Amino acid sequence: MQVKVFITPRKGILDPQGRVVEQSLKTLGFGDVSGVKVGKYIVLEVAAKNAVAAREETTRMCQRLLANPNIEDFSFEVEGE
Amino acid sequence: MKWGVVRFPGSLDDNDALYALAEVMGQEAAMLWHKDTSLGGAECILLPGGFSYGDYLRTGAIARFSPIMQSVEKFAADGGLVIGTCNGFQILCEAHLLPGALTRNRTLSFICERIHVRVENARTPFTRAMRQGDVLALPIKHGEGLYVAPEAELRDMEERGQVILRYCDAGGGETDAANPNGSMRAIAGVANERFNVFGLMPHPEHAVEAMLGGIDGRKIFESIAARA
Repeated sequence: MQVKVFITPRKGILDPQGRVVEQSLKTLGFGDVSGVKVGKYIVLEVAAKNAVAAREETTRMCQRLLANPNIEDFSFEVEGE
Repeated sequence: MKWGVVRFPGSLDDNDALYALAEVMGQEAAMLWHKDTSLGGAECILLPGGFSYGDYLRTGAIARFSPIMQSVEKFAADGGLVIGTCNGFQILCEAHLLPGALTRNRTLSFICERIHVRVENARTPFTRAMRQGDVLALPIKHGEGLYVAPEAELRDMEERGQVILRYCDAGGGETDAANPNGSMRAIAGVANERFNVFGLMPHPEHAVEAMLGGIDGRKIFESIAARA
């Protein structure tokens, strides 16, 4: 089943990309914008028996490789849940 | 001393590191391939700069799972000396052999210039040929050298003396302008708690001959070699 993984910079960790994008948006006149974070969106297929198993497998993948626990948070959506 | 320089697909500074060690420093040095698991009896492992595995996902994130890194992790756990420059530093952080992580420079641009770093702790195998407060002129060339770590961890690292090098101006003064990439606390190089693993963003291997702009990089290699 398909899993959509979202990797975001951890709160309190410097996010130079987010800061520069936010500044650019303000320069363009979007003065109300704040808290911009730039992360990653990863789509993958897991051959799991059910959504619970897919969640467990995806959590392990995130902890092991997809996210760096020092600086990033992860969340994901499992198809059909 | 016997050195091993690890070559990953995408390594750039492997040949320069081998040249600096063998030809300039007169050390016994050999290249190690990322798919091998033998460290060839090396007493110090050097992870060079470059763009290992294309820097996919995160810098160093894929390289840390290469076969040779499993041996390097074991070697470090047994107290073996490991030094990582630039991408090598990023790999060591990803492998959790060093605390923290390296992210995009605050300017978002690639920086290639000669900078200064101050020696913050000279009681390590990597800095013992220097004195605390010494200033080194070294080149940097990276897009992701902004050092980050949780504030509590930074405090602990400072207390234990794990911050080995800090960006500074030519006189050793710490100013925001002298911090090229925006690293937290101007950190340019850190060691692990046991002080047998060291990572730094500057390139000592590119600063070993006066003809190429300076020889301050030698002091780091001399420090390590003095141990044997």
